[in-house]
Amino acid sequence: MLHLEIVTPEKKIFSDTVEDVYLPGSEGEMGILQLHAALVTSLAPGELRYRKGSETVELAIGSGFAEISDNKLTVLTDQALGEDEIDEDAAQKAIERAEKALEGVEAGDKDEQAHLQNAIAVNLAALRLRRKKRG
Amino acid sequence: MANLRDIRRRIKSVKNTAQITRAMQLVAAAKMKKAQDQALAGRAYADQLNQVLVNLTATSEDAAHPLLEKREGTKTLMLVISTDKGLCGGLNTNLMKKVIAESGENTDFITVGRKLRMQLVTLGKELKADFEVKDPIPFSEARPIAKYLTDVFLSGEYDVIQVAFNNFVSTMVQDPHVAQLLPIDADTVGEKQDYEGVGNDEIGETDKAAALAKDYLFEPSAEGVLDTLLPLYVNYQIYQMLVESRASEHSARMVSMKSATDNAKKMIDELTLQYNKARQAAITAELLEITTAMKAME
Repeated sequence: MLHLEIVTPEKKIFSDTVEDVYLPGSEGEMGILQLHAALVTSLAPGELRYRKGSETVELAIGSGFAEISDNKLTVLTDQALGEDEIDEDAAQKAIERAEKALEGVEAGDKDEQAHLQNAIAVNLAALRLRRKKRG
Repeated sequence: MANLRDIRRRIKSVKNTAQITRAMQLVAAAKMKKAQDQALAGRAYADQLNQVLVNLTATSEDAAHPLLEKREGTKTLMLVISTDKGLCGGLNTNLMKKVIAESGENTDFITVGRKLRMQLVTLGKELKADFEVKDPIPFSEARPIAKYLTDVFLSGEYDVIQVAFNNFVSTMVQDPHVAQLLPIDADTVGEKQDYEGVGNDEIGETDKAAALAKDYLFEPSAEGVLDTLLPLYVNYQIYQMLVESRASEHSARMVSMKSATDNAKKMIDELTLQYNKARQAAITAELLEITTAMKAME
């Protein structure tokens, strides 16, 4: 069995055994099954999917890291939201705010740009998940 | 024997004070709960982050990154995290003592919190910047501070970055602490820190060996992961130190306000006793006067 743990700075979101996990790695989506080789990967904002029994759960996560070793998968991310925790209006507004701020940033300030682009990506991921669920 | 009216006036003023300290105690207690939860919740993440960093540095022995680089120089910048408001017992005083003891001639300061900023200015220390932090602390508040510190470290303006903060141990105990933030010491990063919060779990040599034996794969690459992990680590450490300080502040305020309220109550009891004694003495004196007067008239 694969043990999945999702931690954000605010709290431990999830800790239980699951069948499999799909992660938005920075190099593309990856599926993790049990007995996976030891791996550390950075994560891009996107959708994390895990299967527990016959039930599949999807979370919108921010950027961060995942570490796999000895059948234990730890996901460190700045945000992890379930479908019903996503506030569509708030996400939309956050995107607009970030886009506006991005226009004002000086061209040389790579850190600030990266930060704002990340904020946009996180909220877009959340919106996408929300809309997909609603159909 | 003190004047009856004076005692009554004093009781009234002490009662007023007790009311204020009691209100502050209740407010601090409510905020304390939140701040403590926040500080404790962050520790799980800190431990995991530490673990990943240990695995990473153990596996790629020659990992070189500007943030890991130790320099010869001793020019130090110290971030001092104090409180904006007073009335929190000896919290700031103890931290100030620690700061004075740990800082040398070539230490400059940046501050969070009004209390120690004022003290440092009075002492004629060089203040480089000051940041304000909301309550409760959002994670994003740590970013500008981390960015500033990283920038002055990377530009070579300072060789060592330290942070002075109050580590939250329990409601009754807060421990003033000075920790090195930059350069990140890859050798000691996994060792148990003598403060809680960041790196709470002990990760010894055996764990490093175990990490090596596991033969980690890195995606996109060890350097790539290090590049994103280290800034996050710095960000996160600052965030954790901020929430630890905040939890300490509210705890200390709660405790000191509680003892102030208790003292005020004790004082009211004493004054009431004194008041009753004085009242009784006055009545007795009056009775005596009446009876002597009656005796004289017979």
